[in-house]
Amino acid sequence: MLLIFEQFLNGLQIGLLLFLLAAGLTLVFGIMDLVNLAHGSLYMMGAFFAAVFTEWTGNFFLGALLALPAGALLGIVVEVIALRTLYTRDHLDQVLATFGLILFFNELARVMFGVGGMTIEMPEWLKGQIEVLPGLPYPSYRFLIIVVGLVCAGFLYVLVQRTRLGMLIRAGASNREMVGALGIDIKLLFTLVFGLGSALAALAGLMAGPVTTVQIGMGDNILILALVVIVIGGIGSIRGAFIAAIAIGIIDTMGRAFLPNILSTVLTPSEAGTLATALSSMLIYILMAAVLVLRPAGLFPAPGR
Amino acid sequence: MRSSFKTLTLLATALTALPFIADDAAAQAAKKVKIGFVTTLSGPNAAYGQDMKNAFELALDHMGRKMGGIPVEVIYEDDEQKPEVGKQKTEKLLQRDKVDFVAGYIWSNVLLASYKPVLDEKTFLISANAGPSQLAGEGCSPYFFAASWQNDQNHMAVGEVLNQKGVKSLYMVAPNYAAGVDGTNGVKSLFKGQVVGQDMTKWPDQLDFSGEISKIRAAKPQAVYVFFPGRAGVQFFQQYSQAGLKNDIPVYSAFTIDAVTLKLQKDLVLDTYLTSTWGTDLPYAANQKFVTYYKKKYKETPAFYGAQAYDAANLIGSAVVATKGNLKDKAAVGAALKAAKFDSVRGPFKFGNNNFPIQNVYQQEAYKTADGGYDLRTISTVLTAHQDPHAAKCKM
Repeated sequence: MLLIFEQFLNGLQIGLLLFLLAAGLTLVFGIMDLVNLAHGSLYMMGAFFAAVFTEWTGNFFLGALLALPAGALLGIVVEVIALRTLYTRDHLDQVLATFGLILFFNELARVMFGVGGMTIEMPEWLKGQIEVLPGLPYPSYRFLIIVVGLVCAGFLYVLVQRTRLGMLIRAGASNREMVGALGIDIKLLFTLVFGLGSALAALAGLMAGPVTTVQIGMGDNILILALVVIVIGGIGSIRGAFIAAIAIGIIDTMGRAFLPNILSTVLTPSEAGTLATALSSMLIYILMAAVLVLRPAGLFPAPGR
Repeated sequence: MRSSFKTLTLLATALTALPFIADDAAAQAAKKVKIGFVTTLSGPNAAYGQDMKNAFELALDHMGRKMGGIPVEVIYEDDEQKPEVGKQKTEKLLQRDKVDFVAGYIWSNVLLASYKPVLDEKTFLISANAGPSQLAGEGCSPYFFAASWQNDQNHMAVGEVLNQKGVKSLYMVAPNYAAGVDGTNGVKSLFKGQVVGQDMTKWPDQLDFSGEISKIRAAKPQAVYVFFPGRAGVQFFQQYSQAGLKNDIPVYSAFTIDAVTLKLQKDLVLDTYLTSTWGTDLPYAANQKFVTYYKKKYKETPAFYGAQAYDAANLIGSAVVATKGNLKDKAAVGAALKAAKFDSVRGPFKFGNNNFPIQNVYQQEAYKTADGGYDLRTISTVLTAHQDPHAAKCKM
């Protein structure tokens, strides 16, 4: 029973990390109608920034605090220099251009930080474990990820649902032209949204850094998962991204954890092992396919799309 | 007048024909030895491919960039750690560059996707790392040589070390690809205790092992065996330590701790057990030369990836020398490779019937050096002159 709860926490943690990445991606995709494959690169750069700043200041939190604005700033620079001209082009051009950005950033990271990758040094008290339930120690740092993820989700909820900027974001997701016609500076709004998305990507990257180490191309694989999340959640919907990310995190972890045991009741252990590994890595894609069949626009599509 | 013109034309004809005659006389020795080298030069595991490339270049430096007096050209290709890219690059090396040898390959799954066109064309393939069982048993080939090891070997040594330490219950975690399957089978073939759990993780994109680590905690084994080559090894040990298991359940591994990963793993892998067929401290002259000059040239400590690439270069060199550069005579080149007449950095080295090495496997440990860095040292010989178990199924 404790193991199930522990695996649930693991799933929740992976899901929340995924949410941080997917939230930025869905904002940019939903509001600016921009397919940004380079979102994973911003995630990577955020992690590298945090590693460098942590080394520099000697403190993980100071490092993280500096990495966030650095990530946002980098995103804004990328938006102004490279992406602004792509808004009117079709998605294929955007995919091509932002794929080019991935190559650019991977090479940039290689030149700036070397091929060896970096580790982010954490304070001692985060290296240990806390007892979440009697008899269940849980890594403090993973617990921190859960807390940060939930706080961030709350912050985004308030921002999107309760503030003027959020109103504009929601309006932008529903009907961009109308927002522009009402006299809102769409250009500025887009730059702000992209900066926010980049900061979220950087946050996801720097939170993932101490768990998975900071390395070139670290955003490339997780970006695919983030795309699955926003397809399931509905493009442009923060709420959808939240629910889909947590669902994916939990399904993926639970599948990996318990499928071999479940399958071995009907199959031989080696068959069960092989099948379970294959099946658990497919589970989330099966989920995506199912959602696409039942609700082609995702679970929570932005109204008007 | 007329006759002198005739003489002149004859002379001219003879002169123009001369280079061709000279060419023929050299018994078809190649003008250049062309080697295609496929490894991972981009992405998170680029550092390992770089280690191989560095060592291969160093070996060429030591040969004066010539093999038996013939200049060598190496074409390096990046497989991006993807089987389909590796295959594509391999085909390019064969068809466009028409290389005499194909070498390299870190990952068993990349090698398994790439080997067929090479062997079909009867071109020699020298693996400098991957040693999948598929090519060691019934699938062995006179055109395939592993300058490294057969995948199972190091893992079998882990099984033996576990026995020596009296471990009775073991939890196994390895990636779900060819080398992970060989690895877990290798451990099980010698380990006498009970395997209480086994997880095969998604490869190469699963980097979060929280689910597996939770299961280890719940299973309460006496020891854990892991195989996570390259960067994944850093992630596993980091997460294992964060979960607080480092001091409770000792970790035994192969190919998971090396000079490159150690720079990031640091304290996390002290007091763990590992096996390897090579170490910087093996006392052979060839090894000391390799290690000294590698450190001098690249300001880094070489990893086993590099050591094997260095051996691969010297193995190819020995075959070119033995055949006097007549690379068209495939049988002679094959026999020369099989003879393995080169000074391996691993000391005693010879090929078994399946063209995989018969060699020692050592137990090693990570330790903190006097200057605050980290290094690996060899503690004992676990398997002596060891041949892989698949060789018996090879009909060569």
